[in-house]
Amino acid sequence: MNAERQGTTARLLAPSRWRAWEFAVWLLIWAAPLALPQHAALINEIAIFALFAMSLDLVLGYAGIVSLGQAAFFGAGAYAAGLLAKQGIGDPLMGLAISTLLGALLGALTSPMIVRGTDLTRLMVTMGVALVLYELANKYSEITGGADGLQGIVMGPLLGQFEFDLGARVASFYSLAVLFIAFLLLRRFVHSQLGISLQALRDNRLRTTAIGLSVNGRLALVYTLGAALAGAAGALAAQTTGFASLDGLEFHRSADVMLALVIGGAGWLWGGLVGAIAFKVLHDLISAFTPQYWTFWIGLFLVVLMLVGRERLLRPRQWLKRGRP
Amino acid sequence: MLTLLFDGVAYGMLLFVLALGLAVTMGLMNFINLAHGAFAMAGGYLLIVLMQRAGWPFLLCLPAAFVVTAAAGALLEATLYRRMYAKPHLDQVLFSIGLTFMAVATVDYIMGSSPQVVELPEWLRQRFEIGSGSLKLGMGAYRLFIIATCVALALGLQGVLTHTRFGSRLRAAVDDPRVATGLGIPVKQIFLLTFAVGSGLAGLGGAMGADILGMDPTFPLKYMVYFLIVCAVGGTHSITGPLLAALVLGVADVMGKYYIPKLGGFVVYVLMIAILLWRPQGLFTREARR
Repeated sequence: MNAERQGTTARLLAPSRWRAWEFAVWLLIWAAPLALPQHAALINEIAIFALFAMSLDLVLGYAGIVSLGQAAFFGAGAYAAGLLAKQGIGDPLMGLAISTLLGALLGALTSPMIVRGTDLTRLMVTMGVALVLYELANKYSEITGGADGLQGIVMGPLLGQFEFDLGARVASFYSLAVLFIAFLLLRRFVHSQLGISLQALRDNRLRTTAIGLSVNGRLALVYTLGAALAGAAGALAAQTTGFASLDGLEFHRSADVMLALVIGGAGWLWGGLVGAIAFKVLHDLISAFTPQYWTFWIGLFLVVLMLVGRERLLRPRQWLKRGRP
Repeated sequence: MLTLLFDGVAYGMLLFVLALGLAVTMGLMNFINLAHGAFAMAGGYLLIVLMQRAGWPFLLCLPAAFVVTAAAGALLEATLYRRMYAKPHLDQVLFSIGLTFMAVATVDYIMGSSPQVVELPEWLRQRFEIGSGSLKLGMGAYRLFIIATCVALALGLQGVLTHTRFGSRLRAAVDDPRVATGLGIPVKQIFLLTFAVGSGLAGLGGAMGADILGMDPTFPLKYMVYFLIVCAVGGTHSITGPLLAALVLGVADVMGKYYIPKLGGFVVYVLMIAILLWRPQGLFTREARR
């Protein structure tokens, strides 16, 4: 009995320790823009996408909220950062902070909607929020630029020293730094007691209520956090590409990020990163030989992945085990 | 004003037929099928190909669209969907999004990405007008035809569900598949048949609505939201729930787009969120009646 309890504690705490491979992978990631300066723009894109996927991972993988509207916060963050820059507040960090706060605010405002109902209701409401924002952005085109998007966003130098260059080297370091900080913070968060209680909530909501934890408060909190991260990702996208448009709010963005997360594996922090890299590589590979119809192959990939079972595909050790998924 | 209302009702009726299959799969098998719009698109394109290229009459194309999409639905249910019933909702959502992506790309590849034009027969292009002034009611024969067909379908389906042996077996299978199996009801076949009919109805709706809704390869993605709204708002336990939800949605959408054209679907989405906040289980569910 006692030994068993110790085993459980050890099992819960084990993932919070840094592994050797995690250090190695982060070193590789930081080395990437130095080693491949010609691909800095792609690295920047992947870093932003990974941050976005991580925000969904928090919501979907850790708290089990099925959200098809994460793009709402991404788009809002992008517009906020773009508009701030156009108003003359060109400091990137300032814009990033304000966009993150805006994302959090939007998340907090919409979180009462996701604590009620079934998976289907949540799916619809999150999607509905994104659609409403999309229509609003489309309607107030004198502010958002409508279908043409916000153009001519000029950013000031990062930390007052580093100008954003055309080769996107500064941009890629900037995005990687934000991604890294977010990763560290989330790592602390998900291994804290609060983070573990979230997983308990995802696995069995009824029992979580029964041991006296506030389910709704936790759901709202994690949704707000996820929204803040998505807002930050949107701000990065607008600042480093100098462009924000309706595209940031569109449905396919929510679907893409969910797809990436599922490829990488929801419910562990590396899922967003791995998924973002895999998704972009897959995208580039497929569209290299069939640019127009790449959605067909990504669809086929999804169907097969779901039929096989995503847990088994991602954790090859479990191919041999039977019974316990 | 009345004309707008009439158009809204026709639109809502169309949405009802399109979404009914989805409501059935969702209520019956607890399966969130985002690929439902793909069946509707298949029906719409079938109508266009048969009418424009093969020269079939309009009235013959509608049953053809129903039969072919129903067969396709049965095939997919037996080969793919059946394995997904027991999986979590997230897997189902992703699986059906994958299917939708495939359908969109395939249609794009075969038919091209431009919107298709439907040439309605002469007798459907007439227009009737009743009354005068602000109460003037203008009715297109085509929309009248849609309403009549959909009402007939709704009544027929309601009759089948409540008054036939198949209907009572189906309801038993919905309520508790395990007990139904224990009683010797062939649940699998019933699910297969129901899924096929649901897909067929989507195909029929797509064929009928090809002119109003417009057919292009992104159709399943564009209208998926509407179908889901009908099911989420109307609940999935009866036929009347989705019917009323579809009518409300149709009228709200047509009116919203007429009076505030730039906002597009805004009115509908806000309405949906409001309704779902008020009644998370849908407006007309059994739970709500208690």
